[in-house]
Amino acid sequence: MNLKPATLHSIDEVITHYPVKRSATLPLLHLIQEDVGYLPPETCEWVAAKLELQPINVLEVITFYPMFRQKPIGRRHIKVCRTLSCALLGGYKTCEQFEKEFNTHRGEVSPGGEVTIDFVECLASCGTAPVVLIDDDLHEKVDCAKAKQLSDQIKAEAKKR
Amino acid sequence: MIAPPKPDLVTVNIDGKEIAVPKGTNVIEAARLVNVDVPHYCYHPKLTIVGNCRMCLIEMGMPAVDPATKAPIIDPVTGKPKINWIPRPQIGCGTNVSPGLHVKTTSPMVKDAREGVMEFLLINHPLDCPICDQAGECKLQEQSTGYGRGYSRFVEQKNVKPKRTQLGPRVTLDDERCILCSRCIRFSKEIAKDDVLGFVDRGSYSTLTCFPGKQLANNYSLNTVDICPVGALTSTDFRFKMRVWFLKQTNSIDTETSVGANTVVWSREGQIYRLTPRRNDDVNDTWMPDSGRELFKSVMSADRLAATTHLDARVAQAAELFNLNASAGSIAVVGSGRSSVEEQFLTKKLAAALKASTQLVSRVGQGDQLLISADRNPNVRGALVTGLISKLPKIGDAPAASRSANGDAAVPIRTGGLTDLAASIDAGKVKVVVSIGEDLVAAGLTAAQLAKVSVVYLGTHANTSSAAAKIVFPTLSVFEKNGTFVNQQFRLQKFAKAVPGPQGATDDLIVLAKLTAAASSAAMASDLGSLWKLISAEVPAFATTSYAQLPETGILIDATPFAALPFVEGETLHYKPAAPAVALTP
Repeated sequence: MNLKPATLHSIDEVITHYPVKRSATLPLLHLIQEDVGYLPPETCEWVAAKLELQPINVLEVITFYPMFRQKPIGRRHIKVCRTLSCALLGGYKTCEQFEKEFNTHRGEVSPGGEVTIDFVECLASCGTAPVVLIDDDLHEKVDCAKAKQLSDQIKAEAKKR
Repeated sequence: MIAPPKPDLVTVNIDGKEIAVPKGTNVIEAARLVNVDVPHYCYHPKLTIVGNCRMCLIEMGMPAVDPATKAPIIDPVTGKPKINWIPRPQIGCGTNVSPGLHVKTTSPMVKDAREGVMEFLLINHPLDCPICDQAGECKLQEQSTGYGRGYSRFVEQKNVKPKRTQLGPRVTLDDERCILCSRCIRFSKEIAKDDVLGFVDRGSYSTLTCFPGKQLANNYSLNTVDICPVGALTSTDFRFKMRVWFLKQTNSIDTETSVGANTVVWSREGQIYRLTPRRNDDVNDTWMPDSGRELFKSVMSADRLAATTHLDARVAQAAELFNLNASAGSIAVVGSGRSSVEEQFLTKKLAAALKASTQLVSRVGQGDQLLISADRNPNVRGALVTGLISKLPKIGDAPAASRSANGDAAVPIRTGGLTDLAASIDAGKVKVVVSIGEDLVAAGLTAAQLAKVSVVYLGTHANTSSAAAKIVFPTLSVFEKNGTFVNQQFRLQKFAKAVPGPQGATDDLIVLAKLTAAASSAAMASDLGSLWKLISAEVPAFATTSYAQLPETGILIDATPFAALPFVEGETLHYKPAAPAVALTP
């Protein structure tokens, strides 16, 4: 596991928060996913060794939660809400617009590895539907035009790098 | 023996029947005591309770008490204490008894609950009972007869999951049949201490798996097959071989170590198909090692000995040999810790008649602190109790590589104990060796020493000793005869004949009795009934014992005369050595 020193530091720190080491499984997995972007295959053994568990115990947790990713994603993560309010106000169209802009499909990594688009359940902002979460930033009332504008912004930022 | 302390008893009422049960008993076990069956899948008496199958739902209530006075409230109509029933069903496995607990297992609510649980369990369960190995001993099958609807309301597509996964060298998994009870996971973790199984994914996608790259390969893996309530985990060896309802069950004992795990032999028409553990809470709980389950395969092996001449002719030949060497000490008897108590008793009689020295072959390996002990002979203590030997056989020093039953890394077992005999042969004192099923070369004699003596060999399989023997008496394996063993706890346990012996083989007892008769010119009993009368009369530890009255779980016999002996066994599941185990020097 190739983790940043800061992540390793937080991992050691977070283990001390719990009376039994096993309880730190979820926080550790979150920290690793934040650092690496996904959970590489060696995560199970690494976390198990760290927490004095067996690898199967960690694999059970990873596969139970759909938000733990076992495959790499793009540099930017676009999550489009698909639940009722957003769906009624054009969430599907927004999602399709993003797919067209980046020439990809939901759940896949775009060519060039720039973005991954996910069609997700409620992002808890139904009053301003349809909403989109790009990495950690919430964008409200994202219709097709705004989706195009956001896409252009991402592409421009990508070009700068 | 010291009487166990009387446990605290709690009185509970199950379906109107009052019963006093020990504190800490759960409702399933309490109900079992009043012959009420509470159906269950995930609960297993020897594993932790998880309560995830929800099949054992029951209705429970406690006597109502007045909040102010704490006095029980009496129902004015019936004149009995009023019961406050909990309006929702509770799981029986996770509910421990408490004083005054009332349980209903037959109420309409319980019936409804069971039917509901069964319907959900059957949603994704394939209807392949006709080709499923578990059919006939499947809890799901039994309980869908009892609580199933008989037809399905499920119109959707059933789940597709991996079929025929090889979990390990001996276990095959059909994930579609799995009802996610987690017994196998808990067994691997708690008993076998090899935590490799787990559920991945969630909801109806939950799948039992072994961690990628690992295998369920420990020596207890087949116990997961036994405790699987459905046909998900199957024995790769037994799979598709035989329908279980055709098989005859015979109680037997695992002969691979001195633990003496209780087993059941499943056979049909003289052929054994599988061995499974038999519950004995004082010996092996409900488990047995995988290595012990393969022992029956040697019964049909091609190197079984078969006689070509008549038994009496060979006995006469032996008598002649004995007469030629009548001086004391010129005959040696090599007894066996694999012989039954009765055979050892007759071996002792034979040795006495021949004025022969007696020795035992020792087999020592590594114990696993569970059901494999360091002493790999099932009945060394029987030889001590019957007086065949007075001290323990010496531990062999050359670890001979032995073929382990499951074909994995060979477990070295030290076979030996014949150093005194070897010296006597070299000195030219011993001229005849009578071996009771022991390969003398494997036990440490050299080929040159073997060539110096005439060997009389009683045994089941061909080996160097039987090839070199002057007279060979083919005998029966443990599956083909009746008898008893004394295990490491000094527990006398019996095994029974499951299949007939091969043509040309004679019961060891008959051979030994005939040889004893030939040597002493006095008839000797060879049937268990009359033999046990003799044994009871002569062996103080067995004074009140008889074969016919021996319970299936065995009885403990007096071990005090042997308490000081340095036994090789370390701790196992239900055995703590009195003295620290002998250290094995490499």
